[in-house]
Amino acid sequence: MCRLSAITSSDYFSPMENIHALETMKEGHDGSGLGLMLKDLGGPFAEFKSFPVLSAVCSNKGLRDLEEYMKAHGFKEKFTWAPSIKNVPGIERREHYIAKVYDYPESYRDKPMGEKEDLLMNTRLALRCMGEPDGSLFVFSFYPDVLTLKEVGDPLQVGEFFGLEKSDVKSKVVLAQGRQNTNYAIYLYACHPFFIQGYGTMTNGENTAFVPIREFLMGRGNPGYMGYNSDSEVFTHIMHYTNRTLGYPLPYYKDIITPMKDSEIAGRSDAPALKLLKKSLRPLCIDGPNCVIGFTPDGTVFMVQDSKKLRPGIVGGKTGKYALMSEVCGVDSAVPDRDKSTDIFPMKYDMVIIAPGAREVKVWNQLHG
Amino acid sequence: MESAARLDQNHQLSIKEFPYIIKWREDRCTRCGRCTAVCPVKAIEPAVNTQRTVTSEGSSPEPKVTRRLTHVVKQSMEIERYCIGCGSCALVCPTEAIFPEYNFQHKFYHFKNKGGIPYMRGGRRNDPSVSTLDKLKFTRISMLTDPALDAGRHEFRIRTLLGRNLPAEHLPIRVEGGKLITIPGSFVPPVREIYPIRIGSMSIGALSPHMWEGLAMGITYLNEVEGLPVVMCSGEGGLPPSILKSRYLKYFIIQIASGYFGWDEIIRALPDMIEDPCAIEIKYGQGAKPGDGGLLQAYKVLGLISKIRGVPQFIDLASPPTHQTKYSIEEAVAKMIQSMSMAWGFRVPVYPKISGTKTARAVLNNLARNPYAAALCIDGEDGGTGAAYNVSMDKMGHPIASNIRDCYLDLVKQGKQNELPLIAAGGVGKGGNLAANAAALIMLGASAVDIGKYIMQTAAGCFGDEYNRCNVCNLGKCPRGITTQDPKLYRRLDPDKVAERVVEVFKAADVELKKIFAPLGRSTELPIGMSDALGVADKDIADRLSISYVC
Repeated sequence: MCRLSAITSSDYFSPMENIHALETMKEGHDGSGLGLMLKDLGGPFAEFKSFPVLSAVCSNKGLRDLEEYMKAHGFKEKFTWAPSIKNVPGIERREHYIAKVYDYPESYRDKPMGEKEDLLMNTRLALRCMGEPDGSLFVFSFYPDVLTLKEVGDPLQVGEFFGLEKSDVKSKVVLAQGRQNTNYAIYLYACHPFFIQGYGTMTNGENTAFVPIREFLMGRGNPGYMGYNSDSEVFTHIMHYTNRTLGYPLPYYKDIITPMKDSEIAGRSDAPALKLLKKSLRPLCIDGPNCVIGFTPDGTVFMVQDSKKLRPGIVGGKTGKYALMSEVCGVDSAVPDRDKSTDIFPMKYDMVIIAPGAREVKVWNQLHG
Repeated sequence: MESAARLDQNHQLSIKEFPYIIKWREDRCTRCGRCTAVCPVKAIEPAVNTQRTVTSEGSSPEPKVTRRLTHVVKQSMEIERYCIGCGSCALVCPTEAIFPEYNFQHKFYHFKNKGGIPYMRGGRRNDPSVSTLDKLKFTRISMLTDPALDAGRHEFRIRTLLGRNLPAEHLPIRVEGGKLITIPGSFVPPVREIYPIRIGSMSIGALSPHMWEGLAMGITYLNEVEGLPVVMCSGEGGLPPSILKSRYLKYFIIQIASGYFGWDEIIRALPDMIEDPCAIEIKYGQGAKPGDGGLLQAYKVLGLISKIRGVPQFIDLASPPTHQTKYSIEEAVAKMIQSMSMAWGFRVPVYPKISGTKTARAVLNNLARNPYAAALCIDGEDGGTGAAYNVSMDKMGHPIASNIRDCYLDLVKQGKQNELPLIAAGGVGKGGNLAANAAALIMLGASAVDIGKYIMQTAAGCFGDEYNRCNVCNLGKCPRGITTQDPKLYRRLDPDKVAERVVEVFKAADVELKKIFAPLGRSTELPIGMSDALGVADKDIADRLSISYVC
């Protein structure tokens, strides 16, 4: 099963910390891929906080197409970062791994953030459509203060390949997934974490209800609900749909993906609304053994899972730094000097929420709301 | 040799023309007469034969001829008295001396149109081949990354929703203090949570009082004791006043069909109702006889039925094929759903039932735009009926599998698959595989399924099968007492035993559904539209239903 490693911190840290944590969970992934998603960026990106970062892997042709497209659509390049690639046996090097910071087209500069987000998503989708048929261009995210790196291979080797040990790229939140390939082809777009308009999530466990959920999401009229090269991409989109489109507060994500029994709902102060949600969003019940870890646009990090998850994820740390991992050894690696007695193994009704800054962990209980 | 023209029997049918041939063993028969007395169609009768015996005694042959009269059981050669193969004779025979045998070479249909009247019968399509539903299997078994569940120990919630689910964007809720609260005074369409297998529409008229009572008791027990919210539909013909004014009304779906039979009583009972019915089903069509209205033949219109339906006794009750006051389905949707909703203060889901048809998607799209339509029930060609022309049953209609799949995928395209539930009927459990058929239809996109013939067969031992066995539901001669209004016949049926079987059948189906859902890893919500779980070893079916071809 895929291994998940998320860290949220009050200080900037290197994504290698996540990769080292993944290394301790090695027996759980097969080295079929590493996905890294960094939020609240430091290092060279620190001065570009409000400008969108486009994370892509491409060939020479793909890069040309990308640059032409961006220019034609009024985006002005402000900064380009590329990892210093070190050849590692077993990892096939592609021509370009890039993160480009752009300024918005002039007509969008004064527009509200919602409209800017739509522009960024539509641009990402357009680039994806251009590059997907011939594999010349993969775009993972295009959003302010978010950087994504993905490659096929063993996580530690991929980290070495990207030269992350010596890199100055740091951030305050990192999601990392070591992939255990299941039903789906080893393909960059199938690699977690997934991203849409400020929301990033990664998951382990196979998604049994994938097809009905995918069909439901694709009928919501949002062009961003596409792709689905992995069954886990739906978890990101469900979060986006409920939190951004419907405007529900974060904990309702738990109520939607793992709805309670009516008798349990009756005990909540918001029971009348919850009963309506349960019916209207019935197809989004994940009904499977999944653990979801992710972040929202404001940098809040969360962990949630279905009661069928046989081995729950774990959250541990200390004020200023918390790790949300699929295995306890990962937390030991990321925050070894914590008080282990305060470790949290979220149970079936729990949603762990850590606000930006990583000052404290909140466990929201679904029974009490 | 005598010329053929003078053969007295030349215009009679030979035994080989008949669908069932009585096998009678003289050596076993005690001549008790039970078989001839019980035969519902008088296909057999006692007769006297002369028997010639040649004997010889002594050392040299000295043949002696003796003739004696012997009593036999004889099969009628009259087409009106054809053996229906019900096997009642075998059931009552104390010495196993008699049984009907199916004759694959019969030419019954060539002759069953005497007087220019085409063959009419009850039952369903006489097609004994393996149905599409029975060809579907569940091929997505959770292994390794998502371990299968324990069907015996895990908690399952096998329920479905009947009613119009608002899209989340239209829910009357808002955020206040970090919580969602409902906005008072907003209309939310009624939605019922029910068991996904329902007992479909069979009228109290088509069914005998004992059969109907047995079903009603069975579902009441399932609801109140077993906690399985199984509901049943009245069919056209109303409900007994005792039910209408009782707290049990919530377990019944009341059907209104084109004859409006029984609705005087229902409307009159409205002020005295202490519970709302589960739903109102508007019947526009029936899978067994598409384009035909309901039909209760005069044989069955006796005391109780004439009272409930408000009609004289002993007349054919034929409902028109369409609702005569309506010009089109659009108008029906707009007016009929509206008026039925208004009758119960918009507290009861109202939905139409149509027969399976190539045009189902047009109906569906119309309903999808009507915010008051609570569901669409589609009755496929394998649905049963109490009375119809054989040609309608055997040759008219549309299979349910592709019809439901097309409709579901249409809803998916519109993003409305959760808003308008589809209910599949017609041939569910035809081969005895109730849970498997129900689960397959659910994975193709149905929210629920209806059963009719299956529950008659399993709960009351209905003899009918796809070799045209019995199928005299229309004549009021049902040998099991299921579809008759003749007290002599329905007294044979013990309502308590029927109820007991209904409970057993649903409990068993519930276990089987868990045995199907558990390996798929599903337990919280019904796997509606989980088509990736289905496979079929027939490429054409796989392509047509957009599911996996497996071999």
